Amino acid sequence: MVLALFVYPLCYSLVTAFTDKAGAWTLGNFSRAFEFYGKDIGFTVVIILLSTALIGTAAIAIGGYLTLGESPLAVGVLRWIYRWPLFIPFVVAAQCMRTFLAKNGIMNNSLVTLGILTPEQTVGFLDWRGIVITFVWKQLPFVALLVAGAMAALDRTTIEAARNLGAGRLRILIEIVVPQVMPTLMVGLILSFVTMMSVLSVPIMVSGESPTMITVDMAFRINNYGDYGTANALGFISYALTGVAAWIYLKRGIAEGGRP
Amino acid sequence: MIQLKWLPRGIVLGLLIFAIFGPLANLALWAFAEQWYYPHKLPLTYGFRFWHQVFKPRGDAIESLYTSVTIALFTVAACLAIALPAGYALARLRLPFRAVIMLAFLLPQAFPSLAVYINIARLFYGMGMNGTITGVVLVHTVHGLVFAVWITTAAFAAIDRDLELAARSVGASALRAFMNVTLPLAAPGIMASAVFVFLESLDEFTGTFFVGVPDVITLPLLMFTASIAGNYQIAAITALILLVPSIAFMLFVERFLKADVMAKVGA
Repeated sequence: MVLALFVYPLCYSLVTAFTDKAGAWTLGNFSRAFEFYGKDIGFTVVIILLSTALIGTAAIAIGGYLTLGESPLAVGVLRWIYRWPLFIPFVVAAQCMRTFLAKNGIMNNSLVTLGILTPEQTVGFLDWRGIVITFVWKQLPFVALLVAGAMAALDRTTIEAARNLGAGRLRILIEIVVPQVMPTLMVGLILSFVTMMSVLSVPIMVSGESPTMITVDMAFRINNYGDYGTANALGFISYALTGVAAWIYLKRGIAEGGRP
Repeated sequence: MIQLKWLPRGIVLGLLIFAIFGPLANLALWAFAEQWYYPHKLPLTYGFRFWHQVFKPRGDAIESLYTSVTIALFTVAACLAIALPAGYALARLRLPFRAVIMLAFLLPQAFPSLAVYINIARLFYGMGMNGTITGVVLVHTVHGLVFAVWITTAAFAAIDRDLELAARSVGASALRAFMNVTLPLAAPGIMASAVFVFLESLDEFTGTFFVGVPDVITLPLLMFTASIAGNYQIAAITALILLVPSIAFMLFVERFLKADVMAKVGA
């Protein structure tokens, strides 16, 4: 069933990306894709890499505080709040952000009310920053949950030993805890990377302007022109980007003794 | 002294709470706002006018909710029909290529799915399956299978094999041992996978967007259309309907997924 409904369409998309309308092999779809959407491809890469980096950093920070934090109250509060967006669908997250981050949205209004900003200083965040914020907001709980779980399962004796030798908490986190949870962190980040690569609703709803992400371009190409060649060429580029991410991950795993 | 020590922590936690709950609170405000325009910081009047509009009998939302739930239930049924035997086999039998089979179910998650959906939509179009419930259910099933199979496999693997053998040794048939011993013990894990698949299907947007057009309008699609058209109240109310099951599951997930099952997921 997975074969029929996934692998077959996948191969079909690969073939379509390399053929023209008459069925001959061509790279025309790719030249068209780069010509029209080259900027969007770069934009997509930057947005997703930035989001992934932010998610990774924040997930380590949250997991680290949950593991090493000394105040039970603060740890409890954090543990309870960080997971809320976990299962919230992307469409809903996008709708929340669409009104929250707008120039006159709640975020700016709150800052103005608190006296941090004046009404003249407010700017809307509904562009690439909005997309990054939405992605981080939605995907962080997932990665943080995995990382915190892996950290909780660590052998505490090494942590205690380092602490007895006088290492600070930040140093313990970076030098002892993070290297041990690296595999889990990478799996979480790659799954997030792939998910973000195929989200259509967030870029449409949060940022209506150009440049946009290639998912929007693919949908546009099909709904407005019925141009499956170019759309599939863009699709192929999205597979390739994911493939590069997975390849880096696997290579790292092999370098560390063949355990991905 | 104690207050001073708490200040940075309090500020960071406060910011985090604002960042997480701000957008949600905003959504709730929009759902009950009847009039809200610049430069007012909060809605001018609150009320249920838009709720009546959304929930009026034979309204779009009720119909979409019905479509969404129907699709989700069929998806769960299809996933479990595959995942129960597959999960049991993967957990108990020594299968050749076990790792390959497990990975095959992960495939739909490992590739950016949008590019695949457009081709599924094109193939379905040729078969006359575009815009049908069946088509959407098939797409959701492929997407949900990985959770269903991985979680049920873990649930079966976490059961002590001796319990089954004990049942067999006091004379129960293989089927009876499975129905009376294994299945009830694995039930929480299976429930978790069912709820997971249900939610995935309920919230799925991209696949439905391409395969479901023009006839199948699920709640996320309705919300999207309302939001693009600028009907923020309608969009917010629909979003709230979608939020309730997601948040409920987030709060109860640990009750369903015990740590011993969780540790075996994907193994």
